[in-house]
Amino acid sequence: MTALFGVFLLSLLVITAIGIVRATNLFVAVMLMGIASLLIAANFFILDAADVALTEAAVGAGVATVLFLGALSLTTSRERAPSANALVSGIVTVIAALIVIYATFDKPQFGDPNAPVHTHVAPWYLDKTPEYIDIPNVVTAVLGSYRSYDTMGEVFVVFTAGIGVLFLLGTRRVSRSLEEESKINLGLRHHLIPRTIGRLVIPFILLFGLYVQFHGEYGPGGAFQAGAIIAASLILYALLEGERHALELLPPQVLLFMMAGGALFYAAVGIAGMLLGGNFLDFSVLLGDSVKGQQIGILLVEFGVGVTVTGTLLSIYHAFAARNTR
Amino acid sequence: MNTVLDILSWILLTLGGLAVLTGGIGALRMPDLYTRMHSASVTDSLGAILVISGIMLQAGLTLATLKLAAILLFLLLTSPTASNALATAALLAGTRPLDDEDSGDAST
Amino acid sequence: MKCMPGCAHCEATSMYIVVSLALITTMGIALARALLGPSVYDRVLAVNMFGTKTVLLLSVIAFLYGRPDFLDLALAYALINFIGVLAVLEFFRSRVPDARERRTGRHG
Repeated sequence: MTALFGVFLLSLLVITAIGIVRATNLFVAVMLMGIASLLIAANFFILDAADVALTEAAVGAGVATVLFLGALSLTTSRERAPSANALVSGIVTVIAALIVIYATFDKPQFGDPNAPVHTHVAPWYLDKTPEYIDIPNVVTAVLGSYRSYDTMGEVFVVFTAGIGVLFLLGTRRVSRSLEEESKINLGLRHHLIPRTIGRLVIPFILLFGLYVQFHGEYGPGGAFQAGAIIAASLILYALLEGERHALELLPPQVLLFMMAGGALFYAAVGIAGMLLGGNFLDFSVLLGDSVKGQQIGILLVEFGVGVTVTGTLLSIYHAFAARNTR
Repeated sequence: MNTVLDILSWILLTLGGLAVLTGGIGALRMPDLYTRMHSASVTDSLGAILVISGIMLQAGLTLATLKLAAILLFLLLTSPTASNALATAALLAGTRPLDDEDSGDAST
Repeated sequence: MKCMPGCAHCEATSMYIVVSLALITTMGIALARALLGPSVYDRVLAVNMFGTKTVLLLSVIAFLYGRPDFLDLALAYALINFIGVLAVLEFFRSRVPDARERRTGRHG
């Protein structure tokens, strides 16, 4: 039955991909990419990978679509005519595809218990998590504690992406008079119904984001998803009330502070482990009881990740939207 | 009691599936943007209510029922809003309804 | 993905399968509308419909597989879908009209 659903969803994905490639209006392509993200997320869901599905939905179908649209609104929305080297790129693509398909012949069967992924560290993680960390969601245990160093690298990657975008786009300080400003950056202010419903709904989206953040140890969730959901709610606020109010609420300096502060906080938790006698990012020494120490450590580093992800996504969004002078 | 709940869930879920399918076919075959929007909104509201109520009956009185109620509430709040915003945007951009150019006899 | 042992709703799986097939068919119809729709607003309508059907499908499948704690995903999708539609409308409203649109006054 999983196979049946999988076949349906993946064939819809192939059709969507063909639609994306053939669309010449880039807005259409961006919306179809949103559909493709939802399809992939549903596919992850039926394969029992809930954390990945949540991340794909929140980041891919939500925030990435909004960022693409923001970028697209600054430029023309029609695709340029293809360049003359179509034959060369076609041949390169076919060769690359054949190489990748050839590589899949060596993969083990899906669900094979003797596959390398199931025989080395994975059984150890599954066995020892109740003893060392004692949280139900093993994915968060691996992400937060066993592979904490890698996750720190990921946080710094997110931070780097944020400052990369800010280098390119920057924050333009154009001083305009108030009436000019209110005529340009209205957002959806003059639409009463979305604004009213938005005001009702934004607090609950924020609350849900916090729930996903702190519930990540017990169910699907975690900091990356929560950061994307909280950023999405603040983007909704910016859409409904206009850029000016959103920038007054969280000025770019605060967002920059969040971006850098989250990553530094993560590293600081690691150094605190060192100062208390353990290794870098060793959470067992943070409290007297080593299991509780691990849990507290995971909570703290996830908090740092969530703050960085929110700050970065909002900075990138404002970098696009604040340049929109129409 | 269990079989009554099961039969009720069956009825609700089947009706919900029918509503969703009908609305979807309508969205495909209707001639104009606004009629398509009208048809698609059936799937969002009636379909959602029937399907989620059917599942809630199966779930009994657990946390899952509360989460389903939250999903239903959120869907009912936001999908009409999205339809409204879409219709306003389309109207402001100049998309006219299909029979707007016809004779403007004030018969109906 | 197997049903967890002892979950009570596992006997009623066939109705879930019927509804999920109806939902997936409607998702396919929405995709057709997104690919066909002559104007951008048809496609936005199709994407919105697709999103809400995905929410319903995830709720049904969460119960089909006996994992009610996956309902958090369905809630998150509902939120994301709403924000995505409003974002499309806002950015589409304030975009640069390209040369073809300035000529014909119509959008594709």
